[in-house]
Amino acid sequence: MPRASRKLLRIHKDDNVLIVVNQVEPGDRDLVDDQDIVVTQRIEVGHKVAARLIRQGEKVYKCGVPIGSAKENIPAGAHVHLHNLRSDYIETYTLDKDRTYVK
Amino acid sequence: MSNNLPTLTGYVRSDGRKGIRNYVVVAYLVECAHHVAREIAESFKGQPVHLIGFGGCYPNAYADRMMNRLCTHPNVGAALLLSLGCESFNRHKLEENVAASGRPVHTIVIQQTGGTRKSITAGAEWVRQALGEIEGVPRAPLQVEELVVGTVCGGSDATSGVSANPAVGRAFDLLVAQGAAAIFEETGEMIGLGGIMAARAVTPELGQELKQSVDKAAYYYRQMGHASFAPGNAEGGLTTIEEKSIGAYCKSGDSPITGLIKPGDLPRKGGLYLLDVVPDGEPRFGFPNINDNAEIAELIACGSHLILFTTGRGSVVGSAISPVIKICANPETYERMRDDMDVNAGRILRLEASVDDVGREIYNKVLEVASGDPSCSESLGHQEFVLTYKSFEPIGPHCLPV
Repeated sequence: MPRASRKLLRIHKDDNVLIVVNQVEPGDRDLVDDQDIVVTQRIEVGHKVAARLIRQGEKVYKCGVPIGSAKENIPAGAHVHLHNLRSDYIETYTLDKDRTYVK
Repeated sequence: MSNNLPTLTGYVRSDGRKGIRNYVVVAYLVECAHHVAREIAESFKGQPVHLIGFGGCYPNAYADRMMNRLCTHPNVGAALLLSLGCESFNRHKLEENVAASGRPVHTIVIQQTGGTRKSITAGAEWVRQALGEIEGVPRAPLQVEELVVGTVCGGSDATSGVSANPAVGRAFDLLVAQGAAAIFEETGEMIGLGGIMAARAVTPELGQELKQSVDKAAYYYRQMGHASFAPGNAEGGLTTIEEKSIGAYCKSGDSPITGLIKPGDLPRKGGLYLLDVVPDGEPRFGFPNINDNAEIAELIACGSHLILFTTGRGSVVGSAISPVIKICANPETYERMRDDMDVNAGRILRLEASVDDVGREIYNKVLEVASGDPSCSESLGHQEFVLTYKSFEPIGPHCLPV
């Protein structure tokens, strides 16, 4: 695959998530380490995609370091973010669609 | 090293340090004197006059130490202090310390001077004279090893940890290799990394101190009920504080960690230092730092001549006293906000440059700005400054091993 069309990037060999480097749409695919990943929704640059099935309670690895635990089973190609990944240290808060603080 | 890099000249101060700027600071010692101080500083717009201050009326050892360090920072040539007259801040001691450093200093007590108008007139007159006086400060060649450079990230997104932060890490490696002191900070953004960081310490005892500082930060932020994490971080693709931490930590580069310092401690020699910004003891005054500028002020109080500020979402802030160099992590943000950005690290994501290339570019930018070229935030007139209440214990004996 030519470099310019690269959509997903694995930062560390132990990672079970990939980084979106060019915005992806549902059905977009990329070959990462001989593995065909099909993304299931629109995901913006910088966000994470499951590289394989990540089971509920399993640690999520990015840069070879755990960044939290899966709240639910996350299928390969799914967006990994606040809805399915929890901090092992301090809960994340943010503003939801209604501009309300949520954890 | 490339030969066409600028030769540096510094303003020689009595403690042996050298400045890359020669500013008059106008410092208010309580919020009640802020307006008068601002009016004085603003009448010198475009000239080397910067406004700093502490708003609190109650005494605080941390704020006192910060103000003393800032008014005797190597980039400062003279200080005008603005007091209302009844606040707790020890203006006498501050004036004494600045005078002892050989800098012109003057205190205006608004209640004694006859109110707002007379204080502004008197203050502006003094600053005019001081500007003339500090033109005579001796200058001498400045070596890279004499520089102190701090780094901070703000408005981070998921690109920060992939492009700008690792590139600053490379620039830090270059600076440390040249004998400069490099300071990274925000232990609240090293959650989960205490063990990894401890392994880089020059002694096991320092490693233990580093790890404890991260444990302290995790405890403190848990008490606050929030991690050092903003909604923009999540929009930008970061999910947890430990994920944000990995990106933030990359700014430290690969050098061994020489020491752990707290706000106002000066690195004794070159090397890589962690600045522990989280207060000691039970939380008393709220969040460790209420925003990025509070951290920048602390890096400057530790002697930083300039600040490397990485951003993905797009921060525009600068600082009083020390120039802020903006390194933009996200190529889309760079296109949108390029007037505010000194370095486009987003080229790494577009595969147009390597982390090493951008690291070298940042290093060169440090020398250019140190030689007198204004950074973008300086040109745009940014001089943000924030100082609030905190409390610290002195650093332990293992924190500066050599």
